[in-house]
Amino acid sequence: MEVRVQNIRKEFGRFPALNDVSLDIRSGELIALLGPSGSGKTTLLRLVAGLETPTDGTIYFGDEDASRKTVQQRNIGFVFQHYALFRHMTVLDNVSFGLKIRPAGRRPSTADIRRRAMELIDLVQLSGLEKRYPAQLSGGQRQRVALARAMAVEPNVLLLDEPFGALDAQVRKELRRWLREIHDRTGHTTIFVTHDQEEALELADRVVVMSKGQIEQVGTPDEIYDAPISPFVFGFIGQSNILPVRVENGQLWIEDRSIGISAPGEDDGDAQLYFRPHDIELLDGSGGCIAGLVTASRRVAGTRHVELDIVASQGKVEIELPPEKTATDRSRIAFRPTRWKLFRN
Amino acid sequence: MAHEIPDPVGHHGTSEMVRSATSESRLARYVLIGIALCFVGLFVVVPLASVFTEAMRNGPGEFLTVLADPETFSAIRLTLIVAVIAVPLNVVFGVSAAWAIAKFEFKGKAFLTTLIDLPFSVSPVISGLVFILLFGSHSLLGPWLQSHGIQILFAVPGIVLATVFVTFPFVARELIPLMQEQGTSDEEAALSLGASGWQTFWYVTLPNIKWGLLYGVLLCNARAMGEFGAVSVVSGHIRGLTNTMPLQVEILYNEYNFVAAFAVATLLALLALVTLVLKSLLEMKFSEQIAASRRH
Repeated sequence: MEVRVQNIRKEFGRFPALNDVSLDIRSGELIALLGPSGSGKTTLLRLVAGLETPTDGTIYFGDEDASRKTVQQRNIGFVFQHYALFRHMTVLDNVSFGLKIRPAGRRPSTADIRRRAMELIDLVQLSGLEKRYPAQLSGGQRQRVALARAMAVEPNVLLLDEPFGALDAQVRKELRRWLREIHDRTGHTTIFVTHDQEEALELADRVVVMSKGQIEQVGTPDEIYDAPISPFVFGFIGQSNILPVRVENGQLWIEDRSIGISAPGEDDGDAQLYFRPHDIELLDGSGGCIAGLVTASRRVAGTRHVELDIVASQGKVEIELPPEKTATDRSRIAFRPTRWKLFRN
Repeated sequence: MAHEIPDPVGHHGTSEMVRSATSESRLARYVLIGIALCFVGLFVVVPLASVFTEAMRNGPGEFLTVLADPETFSAIRLTLIVAVIAVPLNVVFGVSAAWAIAKFEFKGKAFLTTLIDLPFSVSPVISGLVFILLFGSHSLLGPWLQSHGIQILFAVPGIVLATVFVTFPFVARELIPLMQEQGTSDEEAALSLGASGWQTFWYVTLPNIKWGLLYGVLLCNARAMGEFGAVSVVSGHIRGLTNTMPLQVEILYNEYNFVAAFAVATLLALLALVTLVLKSLLEMKFSEQIAASRRH
């Protein structure tokens, strides 16, 4: 089901958690809400669920105004960071819960409930564990039970709050891939919250980057990574370097040195140059370039990370080089960003 | 809850060299254990044993005759009636208060939490006097009650009120930390799956707190049956009518009827023992579930 969030504002006491947020989510889409803690991403998710009420604004499920409905009426599936499984119930009872508590008129027969629950337990690959209690399961297994339980009620939209946040790195990676598979198979409209950019970029159809109660950018993982539209997004997603530069006649300068980058159409004046550590080319240092002195060099897996003090200004940058390039301390390296972006203050 | 207890005699020979950092020398251990045992023996076991021996001094036959005395029998009945009314009331109150305090944010929450502790910090005599001031013949409500023929003081309602007041912290105190620790996400999960508020309470919250609730009920019951001070003030000591078991013990004792006094006291002491045994049995039998309901 399509979900439209329109001009939502949410205040806790006097503290504004969300400020005029609007977002359209297409039916069947897998959307990530990504941001640092305190950015309002979990609040937005809980508002869609109906676990919080907005101070202002509307949320539509399809053409229906859902913001006047209670959490029960919205028919959503919610997965919590710490699972929130009912600890006194078996896996099977947990998964069946949403169907069992329905009023007699809408409740499937006992046999149907059991069959549906067993199908879901099979879908989340926990067949054979249906008689276990949550305390007898690993973290990853518990989160899969939580997902099966949420899907049992055939929700309009599936909402996941940091679903892998409490798991260790290896399990996270597996579950991530597995969640994508489940999503492709079942086609639920899914919104998940994460502060892990790798998770968001790998898993989501579209990523919503949030900061300080506002949406900074909405886009596909490629758009978010390759074309960040604000300094916050550039800095938050992936590694980035920032250097203060000056624009003069469409050329970039650091102090009195041209760095060999032309920015046609840019107004003259001070600006911040953003570029990623791997988007650079090494130069011999004769023409326009950025020159720096090596202060540290670390080998990280397939690349060499080199920290440089920029000669012309007070800045520091980190660049990535092929591992065979050696970088001895205090040696001089000249380079130029191949992809970059200018932001003004 | 399994603590790692270092085995006091387990390691041979080199024990002094390899003992773990938290265990004391053998001498210190025995001195500490000895002090604890002496203390418990002197202040708990000896008095309790003397109650039983006093009661049985003239043999079990007299013990039973004494208990069959109509006044004593009516005291036992009254105590049971009071407990049957007071404990359920405090279960309802305790669960509601703990629910409100643990699951919601509202103004005056800290104040309510403090108020719940009040009966613990106030002398029971004061708790009784409060009701005299409220319902006595010189109070505001007194004349109105009298003209309508409602008897609260020196009757069962007064005794129940005083008992409820004195015992109301037990259930709430047991549940508040437990419910706070468990948080609200289980309830939110149930609501998001379509459960009504009542279903959420019945199928999710109550099973999560049932062991804590049971402890609270046991302690509350023990106190409700054993309360002396507050009940003594409001009861009026009318023989065969408003005497509870603790009051009956005092009256019999003051009349130098030691065997009868200690026989009734035996019943009260037995109640305490049964409560403790039940509590320990529950802990032993369900320790895993209890531990699981406390963690997540």
